[in-house]
Amino acid sequence: MDLTELAIKEAHEGLKKGEFTSVDLTKAYLDKIKKNNKKVNAYLSVTENLALEMAEEADRKIKSGTLEMLTGIPCAIKDAILVEGEKCTAGSKILENYIAPYDATVIKKLKEQGAVILGKTNLDEFAMGSSTENSAFSATKNPHDKTRVAGGSSGGSAAAVAANMAVFALGSDTGGSIRQPASFCGVVGLCPTYGAVSRYGLIAHASSLDQIGPLAKNVEDCKIVFDAIKGKDPLDATSVELGIQNTEFKIKNLRIGVPKEYFAKGLEKEVEEIIREAIKKAKDAGAEIIEISLPSSEYALACYYIIGPSEISANLARFDGIKYGLSEPAENLLDVYLKTRGRGFGVEVKRRIMLGTYSLSSGYYDAYYQKAQEVRELIKQDFKEVFVPPGAGSRSGGKKVDLLFCPVSPFPAFKIGEKTDDPMSMYLADIYTIPLKLAGLPGISVPVGKIKSLPVGLQIIGNHFEEDKIFSIASQIENMVK
Amino acid sequence: MLSKDEVKRIAKLARLELTEKEIEKMQKDMSAILDYFDLLKKAPKVKVEAASTKASASRRDEVVSSHNIRDELITAAPCKKDDYIKVKTIL
Repeated sequence: MDLTELAIKEAHEGLKKGEFTSVDLTKAYLDKIKKNNKKVNAYLSVTENLALEMAEEADRKIKSGTLEMLTGIPCAIKDAILVEGEKCTAGSKILENYIAPYDATVIKKLKEQGAVILGKTNLDEFAMGSSTENSAFSATKNPHDKTRVAGGSSGGSAAAVAANMAVFALGSDTGGSIRQPASFCGVVGLCPTYGAVSRYGLIAHASSLDQIGPLAKNVEDCKIVFDAIKGKDPLDATSVELGIQNTEFKIKNLRIGVPKEYFAKGLEKEVEEIIREAIKKAKDAGAEIIEISLPSSEYALACYYIIGPSEISANLARFDGIKYGLSEPAENLLDVYLKTRGRGFGVEVKRRIMLGTYSLSSGYYDAYYQKAQEVRELIKQDFKEVFVPPGAGSRSGGKKVDLLFCPVSPFPAFKIGEKTDDPMSMYLADIYTIPLKLAGLPGISVPVGKIKSLPVGLQIIGNHFEEDKIFSIASQIENMVK
Repeated sequence: MLSKDEVKRIAKLARLELTEKEIEKMQKDMSAILDYFDLLKKAPKVKVEAASTKASASRRDEVVSSHNIRDELITAAPCKKDDYIKVKTIL
C-alpha cells in the first residue's frame, strides 16, 4: 500500500485501527518530498523535525484513544501563513530569513486536532500572481506537465496535494489563488465566504478580500479541513461563527444558474465543452438549469486591480527595513525605506504597490479608488439578484438560483514563461475567479475533466456562508464524473 | 502614456527605489493597465456609503492577554541595541 495515496478518512481509519502509525505516514511523505520536490518545487521549506515531533505526539494521542479526524494527518502550509518557530518568506526576498514568532489561528486549530505539518509551500510573492512564477524562489511546476505552471498564487499547495506530497494543504485566496491552482493541478480547492475563517497570522495582501481555505484530494477532505479551521476568532474582527453546516442537499432539488458572461469570448473551446458536460450531468440528475446574467462581470477585473493594489500599497508599508526582514544599509531613514523596498520586493509586488499608490493619490482617488468601490457595489448587487436569499427554501422566489456553475479559468495550465512579460495577460487569467471575491462569496473548484494531461476544474459558487450546499453538490458532481 | 516624472513621483510616494530600467518598464506596464481601467467609466453610477459609516460600531471588553512574544518580536528586528530597536536619526 502506498500510504501517500490515502485521502483523509482512509488515513484516519488506518491510524485508528493501528495499521500504520502517524510516524510511518509522515516518513512516507517526507521520503516522497525528498525524492520529488526538486522536480516540482512545491515546498520552499520542509519542517522535518517539527513533522516528526508532531507525528510522535499524534501517535500518543491515537494510543490514548482521543484522536480526531485530522490527528496524525500530514499537511502542507502556504508560506504566507505563520507557523511558530519556522521560516515564513511569503515568497519574498524581503522575508527570506524571517522566523514566525507565533502561530496563525488556523495553525493553532490544526495543532489542536493533532495534524502534522510537513513544510511550507511555494507561492507568488506576497500571494500576488496567478502562476507561482512571481516567487522569489523560482516557479512551481505542474505535476501533470512540468513545462507548465501550477497556477497561483497557492501553486505550491496545489502541486503538493496533486503530487501526493501532502494529504491536504492550506492556501489563501484573494482573487482566485486557491481555486485557480486547484483547477490547474486537478485537486479540490475551496475559497470560503469572507469571514468564515480567521486570517490572524496570514501575511496580509488585500484585507477586504483575503481568505484562507483548504486544498485537498477530494470534496470530503476539503470539508473536513474547512470544518477544522472555520469559526470566529477574537484576533480577526471580520471572522464570524458559523452554524453547524451538516445539511445534505440533493442535486435534483436545486436550481443551478449558469452565468452567460462566463461563457463569452476568451473561454477556450475545450474548457467550455468540459464545463458544459458537467452542467449537463447535473441536469440529467434532475437539477433545473437556468441561464442567468451578471451584467457587471465585465468590470470586475478592473475593479479588483484597483481595490487590491490600493490595499496592498497600505498593507505592505510595514516592510520598512526596521521591524523585521531585509534591511539595506543607507545614510538616512528615507534611504533605508527606499533601498530596502527597492531591493527586497520583486517586479509584480512593486507594480501593484505603484498602481495602488497611484489610485489613492491626490487627484486620482475619485476616478480610480472611489469609482472601483462603486463598481464593487454593482457586482455585489448582481449576485444578490440571482441567489435565493439565505434561509428561504429552494426554488422559492421566482427564478432565483441556489448555486452557480461556471469555469474556474478560461484555459488549462499555461506554459512556464508564457505570460510573465505581459502583466495584463496574466491578470486576465483571474477573470472568472475575481467577481465572487468582490462580493465576499464562497467558491470551490472541483476537477471535472482533462484536456490531454491537463485538468480542468468546475467552479461552484454559493451564497454567503452556504459552504454546506457547495460541498453537497460538489461531492455529487465528483461522483458523476468519476 | 504615464510620464517618467509621474512614475518617479509615485515611486517616491510609495517609498520604492527604482532603477532607470525599472522606471521605463513601469511606465509601459502601468500605462497599459491604467488604460484598461478606463473600462470603468462606462459603468452605471451608484451611490455608495463610505465604508466608515457602514461598519457597525461595536464595543468589546479590552482584556489584556499575554502572548509572551516580546523577545521574539525584538529578535526579528534587523538592527537593535539591548532591548531597543535602532533607527536612523530623524531630526
